[in-house]
Amino acid sequence: MRHSPTGPKVLVALGVALLLAGSWWGLTKAPGEVYMGEVQRIMYVHVPTAWNAMLALSFAFVCALCFLLTNAWKWDSRLEAAMEMGVVLSLLLCIQGSIWAKPTWGVWWDWDPRLTTTAVMVFAFGGILALRAFVDDPARRAVWSAVACIVAFVDVPIVYFSVKWWNSLHQAQSTPQTVSSAFHLPLRVNAFGILFLWTGLVALRSRVASLRLRNEVGPPLPEAKPTVTGTSRIAGGAS
Amino acid sequence: MKDLLAALRKDLLLQWRGRAQVIAIFAFGAAALLLFSFAIGPDSAALREHAAGFLWLGLLLASTLALAESFEREMEEQALEGLLLLPASPRGLYYGKALANWAHLALLGVALVPVMVVLYDAGTLRLFSLVGVILLGTAGLSAPGTLYAAMTSQTRARQTLLPLLLFPLVVPVLLAAVKATSLLILGDPMGQLRPWTTLLAAFGVIHWSIGGLLFGRVVED
Amino acid sequence: MPRMIAVAASGVCRRYGRRWALTDVTFEVPEGALVMVTGRNGSGKSTLLRILATAIRADRGTVRILDLDVREDRDSVRRKVALLGHRTHLYEPLTALENLAARARFLGADPRRGPLLSRLEEVGLADRGDDPVQAFSAGMRQRLALASVLQQQARVVLLDEPYGHLDPPGFLLVDGLLQRLRREGTTVLMATHLVNRGRNLCDRGLVLEAGRLAYAGTAAQMPQPLGADGAGFAEGA
Repeated sequence: MRHSPTGPKVLVALGVALLLAGSWWGLTKAPGEVYMGEVQRIMYVHVPTAWNAMLALSFAFVCALCFLLTNAWKWDSRLEAAMEMGVVLSLLLCIQGSIWAKPTWGVWWDWDPRLTTTAVMVFAFGGILALRAFVDDPARRAVWSAVACIVAFVDVPIVYFSVKWWNSLHQAQSTPQTVSSAFHLPLRVNAFGILFLWTGLVALRSRVASLRLRNEVGPPLPEAKPTVTGTSRIAGGAS
Repeated sequence: MKDLLAALRKDLLLQWRGRAQVIAIFAFGAAALLLFSFAIGPDSAALREHAAGFLWLGLLLASTLALAESFEREMEEQALEGLLLLPASPRGLYYGKALANWAHLALLGVALVPVMVVLYDAGTLRLFSLVGVILLGTAGLSAPGTLYAAMTSQTRARQTLLPLLLFPLVVPVLLAAVKATSLLILGDPMGQLRPWTTLLAAFGVIHWSIGGLLFGRVVED
Repeated sequence: MPRMIAVAASGVCRRYGRRWALTDVTFEVPEGALVMVTGRNGSGKSTLLRILATAIRADRGTVRILDLDVREDRDSVRRKVALLGHRTHLYEPLTALENLAARARFLGADPRRGPLLSRLEEVGLADRGDDPVQAFSAGMRQRLALASVLQQQARVVLLDEPYGHLDPPGFLLVDGLLQRLRREGTTVLMATHLVNRGRNLCDRGLVLEAGRLAYAGTAAQMPQPLGADGAGFAEGA
């Protein structure tokens, strides 16, 4: 049994290293924010997570399109891995958002449009993963999850805008999206850290999905045995 | 196009035959509205303020029953496969089914309005606009709902999968329809109705288009 | 004058999960032939017919029907092929006439009552036209399914166990329909367990064994299939 390829493992290791470095920098070295204090430091993880969650789900969308266009199984394995990663990152995003919101606004959830959209995405793509669990036929499972992924992804901007308008009618409570330039470096380091981390993990995970698929669908054709008695063309005299 | 009309005719006939189910689904929706009022309590002001939300929640819950039902008849004896083999165009079959479902859901929505008026003391004089909002909102439910019902009706946990897949997707419809309905009931001094109806219309256009494109892949091997 | 090849299968394979239901099936059927397809339960007869009908795809190999590739010209193939499958493809709440009318509209055929009633007469259901299919027995459903197949006026007709739930008059009905189709020059492939009956009616035969083609030739020279105790299959009356 071949060992899993080293490339993704290197990516994962590099990602973890960068993430640790960036987080340490953001937590200790970077200056504290004037108005919000120490809790604002979560932005060093929160913003990169947000970028990467969106990237992971965009990649899932691309995999879905590629699968429907090429019908190649590898895109289905990548789709499964990318959606899982997207859901995990989105969930992390919601948790981080809650951690930030409670000391800041006194509530666990402040209906910020971006976070609310993220929560909807967790349910939407999580639902597609649930769909996969209930479909036995691999071909059908692949086509249906690709279709559902496309529909869900197309829906994301609509959800975002509708929540934004919906929320703007109420008191505007915004999550600080802008970080002043002194803080950019740890942000970028973390962003790349998470990027390498999830790319490596997706590569490993899609390999697992491919192997599982091969196991499920079984070995290739059994050896041909001569069993036809008579010719393959239907005999029976002149037409 | 002829396939679309043939499909629509067939689906409307199936709904007519199954009208006992239609009535039962309405009863379910009405019961849901009743339960919401028990959950809030006999505070007339609060009930009136949130009436629009209850109406659309009740409609959304009932719609999963209606949408799932629309494919039961297709899967019983593989009738859908039979039509595809004639050959019938999947796009025509999709739009026929989605239109019939739209009609069903719109009817359901309109039927639940009197229930809302009675239970929550929430009515409006702008009836045309209300019907318009119901039409736009149910169109937004029908298109993705028909696509997903086609998938889930062929799986094992079909009762749970359809709402699980559909609800996150139709959040914009819920938001916009509730907002629009609320403005009609509670008053709209600043004329904010238009953006919400535009959102509903945009949602509908997008999902009716991609539904037609993707349905073929969902039902064919 | 050489007849056209109605069905040409080459290396057809189909799997369900780990199990290969069909392996390397290759044969040709000339136009107008009446072919019997036999084999034990699970030997792949239904799978083969469904592939020919384009209801499912072969995982490997090619199939050409009337010189059209089933993958590339699928809709054209579907116009020329009709399948009587294991599921009846009917809508239970609708009446027999309504089912036929719905299908007629998709086919572009005449959906009026008169022509459809004569279709029902062909299968002996003329007096039950306005009854919902829900109320039909299995045999009646089979007859209605047969009527809907005939309605398609296909050049290649695929029948999966047409004698299935029918009573003895029903058997004769199917015999008559087969002979009529043959007179009209329609190619028919029929999967059946009634080997002796088929042997008398059909001119060609295919035998499947565990997904492989064990025999392809005239119906008269078909090997007698063995049951568990070495006896032949059950006879039809």
